[in-house]
Amino acid sequence: MFETLSDRLTSVFSSLRSKGRLSDADIDATCREIRIALLEADVALPVVKDFVARVKERARGAEVSQALNPAQQVVKIVNDELIEILGGETRRLRYAKTPPTVIMLAGLQGSGKTTLAGKLAKWLRDQGHAPLLVACDLQRPNAVQQLAVMAERAEVAVFAPEPGNGVGDPVAVARQSVEHARRQQHDVVIVDTAGRLGIDQELMRQAADIRDAVSPDEVLFVLDAMIGQDAVSTAQAFMEGVGFDGVVLTKLDGDARGGAALSVRHVTGRPIMFASTGEKLADFDAFHPDRMAGRILDMGDILTLIEQA
Amino acid sequence: ARSQNVLGRGLLELLSRDRLDDDVWDEIEEILITADVGVAPTRVMVDDLRTKVKVLGSRTPDEVRKLLREELLGQVGTDLDRTLHTSAPGDRPAVVLVVGVNGTGKTTTSGKLARVLVGDGAKVVLGAADTFRAAATDQLQTWGDRVGAAVVRGPEGGDPASVAFDAVAKGIEEKADTVIVDTAGRLHTKTGLMDELGKVKRVIEKKAEVDEVLLVLDATTGQNGMRQAQVFAEVVNVTGIALTKLDGTAKGGIVISVQRELGVPVKLVGLGEGPDDLAPFDPEVFVDALIGD
Ligand SMILES: Nc1nc2c(ncn2[C@@H]2O[C@H](COP(=O)(O)OP(=O)(O)OP(=O)(O)O)[C@@H](O)[C@H]2O)c(=O)[nH]1
Ligand SMILES: Nc1nc2c(ncn2[C@@H]2O[C@H](COP(=O)(O)OP(=O)(O)OP(=O)(O)O)[C@@H](O)[C@H]2O)c(=O)[nH]1
Ligand SMILES: [Mg+2]
Ligand SMILES: [Mg+2]
Repeated sequence: MFETLSDRLTSVFSSLRSKGRLSDADIDATCREIRIALLEADVALPVVKDFVARVKERARGAEVSQALNPAQQVVKIVNDELIEILGGETRRLRYAKTPPTVIMLAGLQGSGKTTLAGKLAKWLRDQGHAPLLVACDLQRPNAVQQLAVMAERAEVAVFAPEPGNGVGDPVAVARQSVEHARRQQHDVVIVDTAGRLGIDQELMRQAADIRDAVSPDEVLFVLDAMIGQDAVSTAQAFMEGVGFDGVVLTKLDGDARGGAALSVRHVTGRPIMFASTGEKLADFDAFHPDRMAGRILDMGDILTLIEQA
Repeated sequence: ARSQNVLGRGLLELLSRDRLDDDVWDEIEEILITADVGVAPTRVMVDDLRTKVKVLGSRTPDEVRKLLREELLGQVGTDLDRTLHTSAPGDRPAVVLVVGVNGTGKTTTSGKLARVLVGDGAKVVLGAADTFRAAATDQLQTWGDRVGAAVVRGPEGGDPASVAFDAVAKGIEEKADTVIVDTAGRLHTKTGLMDELGKVKRVIEKKAEVDEVLLVLDATTGQNGMRQAQVFAEVVNVTGIALTKLDGTAKGGIVISVQRELGVPVKLVGLGEGPDDLAPFDPEVFVDALIGD
C-alpha cells in the first residue's frame, strides 16, 4: 500500500523497451502511475486530472531525449511542471506605504494560525519591525491566553482587550487594534482569528467583517499540510468568503506528502508564501517549490532513478 | 453527520442512470477517492461491486445502491465492538488516554467526553498532561469548569507523565469514575515525543490500568492518517478512534482503511466545537451519509 512512486515506476521503466521515443503508450503508462502517486500524495482529484492532462500534452510534444528513457522524460516534465505551478511568481510580504501593515490570518480549526502568529511576529521582530499581535479569536477556550503566551515568547506586544471564551466582539477588537498600533508605533499588525469551517456561513461572514474592519495588506490562508481531498472545497470557500493573498502550509515537519499545496495553488492561483515546520517559534521558513515538488512525488528517489538510467 | 450528502447525491444520481457503463464505474471510483478513501481501497471496493453486479445480474439502480451500501458497510464493519471503556471493574476509576497529532481536537474531545459522562452522573477527573503548548492547560481547565469536572494541572513545561500520574492518583483518591488524560499534540514522526507518550502511559500504569487509548483523527486528514494511526498504535496500543470535525465538508474516508488495517474501531465522532457536539460512531449513519440516505 505504501509503495513509492519510484517503486511503481521501476516496473514501468523495465517494461519500456524503446529509448528515445515517447509513444502514446509510454506516456499513458507513466501517467497512470503518476496519477496514483499524486492521489496518494493527497492532491485533489480534479487537480490531478488537469495536471496529468497537461503533462500528457507536453510529453507528446516533447523533444526526443537521448539521455533519458521515455518514462524518465515524462517524470522530468512532471517535476518541472510541479515546480512551475507551485512556484509561480513567488513574492515577499507586501508592506503598507503608511504603516501599520496589517496581516490577517484565517483558516480551519487547528490549522496552526495562532502558532503562526507568534512565528511571524518573531520573524518580523528579528528584521527590526515592531509587530503587534491582535487577539480576535474570542471563541475557542483560552485562545486569547495562547496568543498572549506566543507574544511573550516572541517578545512582542499583544492587543487583547477582551477576555474571549465567548466574551467580546472580534470585529470591534480588530478595528481598535489598528488605531492602537498607530498610537503605540507598531509598524505591523498581525490579526489572529478563530478557526472556522468553509461551510459555516455565519463565521465566514465574521471573518469578512474583521477583514473590512482592518483592510489587511495581506490575508494569509493557513493550511495543514496533512489535509486530504477537502483542500479544494475549503480553499474555495475561504477564497469566496474572505479572500486571501497568500497561503502558509503548516506541519510540514511531518511525513505528509502535502499534495494540498498543489491543489490550493491550482484552484486559487494564490502563492504559497511560507512553510511552518514545527511547534517552536523558529520553525518557520520561506516556501521552497522545488523541495515541495520532490516531496509530493517522492522525487528524491526519482532523481536518483533518473541518474542511474 | 449532517450536511454530508454531497457524495451521496452524486452517487444517487449515478445509480439512477439507465445503464451501468464504464463511465459510471469511473465516477463511483472518483467519488470514493474524493472522500479520502484512498486509491487502493477504492479499487478493491469498486472491483468487488462490479463482480457482485455481474454475478447477481443486478440491473436496477436500487439493487446496485443496496449492494454499494452493503459493500461500504462491510468495509466500515458492523461487528466491531465500539464500546468506550469509561468505567472500570472494581472500585478504581477507568483511565482514558487521549492522543493524536497536533490540532486534531484532543482537548475539545476530552472536554466533550467529560460532559457526556458527568451528564450520566459520573465523577470525572481531567488530567492536563499537555504541559507544552501555550495555554493548553487553561484550555482544558475551561472545559473542566464548563462541564463540571476537576482538572489536575502541572507546571508549564513540566513532566507530562507526572501530571498524568497525579491525575490518576487524584481520581483513585477521590473515588472518581473516570480519569481522562489529555496529552500534547505530537507528530508521529517525532520519535522523542512518541517516546515521551509511551512513558506517559507506562507511568500511569504504575497506578492503574489504561482502559481506553483514544486516537483523535481529524476528518480532513488525507492519506497521512494511516501513518499516524500505525505509529500511535505501535507506541500506545490505540483502542479506539475519535473522528473529529465531521461537521465540515470532509468525509473522513481514511478511517475505513485505518479500521481495516489496524482493527481499531472508530468509537466517537466530533460534530462541532460545542460541548454537546460529540456522538457515538454509527457505521450505518456514516455509510448512509456517504450514499445519501
Ligand atoms: N508539528 C507542528 N505543529 C504545529 C505547527 N504549527 C502549529 N502546530 C501545532 O498545531 C496545534 C494547533 O496550532 P494552533 O496554532 O493552536 O492552531 P489554530 O489554527 O490557531 O487553532 P484554532 O485557533 O483552534 O483554530 C498546536 O499544537 C500547535 O503547536 C507546525 O508547523 N508543526
Ligand atoms: N468544527 C469542529 N471543530 C472542532 C471539533 N473538534 C475540535 N474542534 C476545534 O478544533 C480546534 C483544535 O481543537 P483542540 O481540542 O484544541 O485540538 P488538540 O488536538 O487538543 O490540539 P493540540 O493540543 O494543540 O494538539 C479548536 O478550534 C476546536 O474548537 C469538531 O468536531 N468540529
Ligand atoms: Mg488559534
Ligand atoms: Mg490540546
